[in-house]
Amino acid sequence: MSDKEPLFSAKNRKLLKNPLSSDNPITVQVLGICSALAVTAKLEPAVVMSLSVMAVTAFANVIISLLRNTIPSRIRIIVQLVVVAALVIVVDQVLKAFAYEVSKQLSVFVGLIITNCIIMGRLEAFALGNKPWPAFLDGIGNGAGYGVILIIVAFFRELLGSGAIYGFQVVPQSFYDMGYQNNGLIILPPMALITVGIIIWVQRSRDKSLIESN
Amino acid sequence: MENLINIFIKSIFIDNMVFAFFLGMCSYLAVSKTVKTSVGLGIAVIFVLGITVPLNYLLNKYILVSGALTWVDPSFADVDLSFLSFIMFIAVIASLVQLVEMIVEKFAPALYSSLGIFLPLIAVNCAILGGSLFMQERDYGTLAEATSFGLGSGIGWFLAIIGIAAIREKIRYSNIPAPLRGLGITFIVTGLMGIAFMSFMGIKL
Repeated sequence: MSDKEPLFSAKNRKLLKNPLSSDNPITVQVLGICSALAVTAKLEPAVVMSLSVMAVTAFANVIISLLRNTIPSRIRIIVQLVVVAALVIVVDQVLKAFAYEVSKQLSVFVGLIITNCIIMGRLEAFALGNKPWPAFLDGIGNGAGYGVILIIVAFFRELLGSGAIYGFQVVPQSFYDMGYQNNGLIILPPMALITVGIIIWVQRSRDKSLIESN
Repeated sequence: MENLINIFIKSIFIDNMVFAFFLGMCSYLAVSKTVKTSVGLGIAVIFVLGITVPLNYLLNKYILVSGALTWVDPSFADVDLSFLSFIMFIAVIASLVQLVEMIVEKFAPALYSSLGIFLPLIAVNCAILGGSLFMQERDYGTLAEATSFGLGSGIGWFLAIIGIAAIREKIRYSNIPAPLRGLGITFIVTGLMGIAFMSFMGIKL
C-alpha cells in the first residue's frame, strides 16, 4: 500500500465488492467451477469449502505478491503451484484436526483447491502485478464471490432436497404427512449445474451488460 | 483382467469426471466452443491422465503411505508422509506437463501448434489432479488398475467435451433467451447431459 492511500480507499473497496456481483469469479469470469458444484448438496460443506478457498486465495495472493519481483516468469506456474499446494496442505491438516466429519465429506475436493482456477487466475491476473495489501483484498473479495454462489446453490439444494437448512429440519413433519416429498433429483450432481445456470440467467437478466453475443 | 475392464468402463461412464464430479470444468467450459479444439484438448487430457495416474500410484505406494519406505531401510516402518501427497502429486503433474510439452514440440510440431496453448493449461486442470487424488482415495491395488482408471477417466472427459462442443456448435443457430446465451445455456445443457449419463448408474460391474 502506498504512503498516502488509506487502507480502504475507494479503489480498494472496489476490489472487495466487484467480485461479489459484476465481476463474480464463477458466473462472470467462469473460474473455479470444478469444486464449486460438487460440494453444494448440503450447506455445511459448502460453507467450509468457501472459507477454505477464501483463506487460500487471500494468502496465496499475498505471498505471490511479495515474491512478484523475484520470480522468473518462465517458472512462475510451478512457483505458484508450490505456494498454493503448501497452503492447501495447511488447510487440509487444520480441517482434519478440527472438523473431521466435514473433511471426510469434502474428500478430494480440499486437495483440488490447488487446481482451483480462481486461485491460479487471480495469482496470474492480479497478484503478479500488485502490492500485497490490494492483493489480499482481491483474494478475500474473490473468495467471497465464490462463496456467495456456493452458499446460494447449497441453500436451495439442501432446502428442496432434504427439507433442511444447515442440518436443521425446516420443513415440518405435518407437510410430509400431507404428502409433501423431498425432491431427490436436486441432490444429484447434474442439478447443481442447472441451478448455477439459473443463477447466471437471473444475474444476466438484471445486468444486461453481461450478456454474451452468442 | 475382468476387473481391469470393469474399472475402465466404470471410470468412463459411471464415475465420469465431468458429469459425476465436475472435474476439469474450467477448461471444459472455456475450450468447448468448437469440436476441433476440444478434440485436441481431450486427447491431451487422456495422454496426461494416462501417464500421471500410474506415476503417482508408484509414488504413493513406495514413498508416501505409512510404512512405504521400508524398502529403503526397515527402520522407516512408521514414517507416514501422506500429508505431502498434494505437493508431490502437483509437482509430478506440473513437471510432466512441461516435459510432454517439450517432447511434443520437438517431435510433432503440427500437433504442438494445434495443442500449443492447451498443454500448459492442463497442469492446472482439476481433472488431472483429481484423477491422482481419487486413485489415492480409492486405494487401487495394482499398477494396472491405476493405469486403466487413469485412461478411462481421460476418455470419459474426452467424450464429455466432444459432446458439449458438438451441441454448442449447433446451439448457435437457435434462439436462446439473451441472458442465457453462452455460459448459462452451456451449464444447463451440461446438467441435462449429466442426467443422461446417470442412466449408466444402473449398470452393475
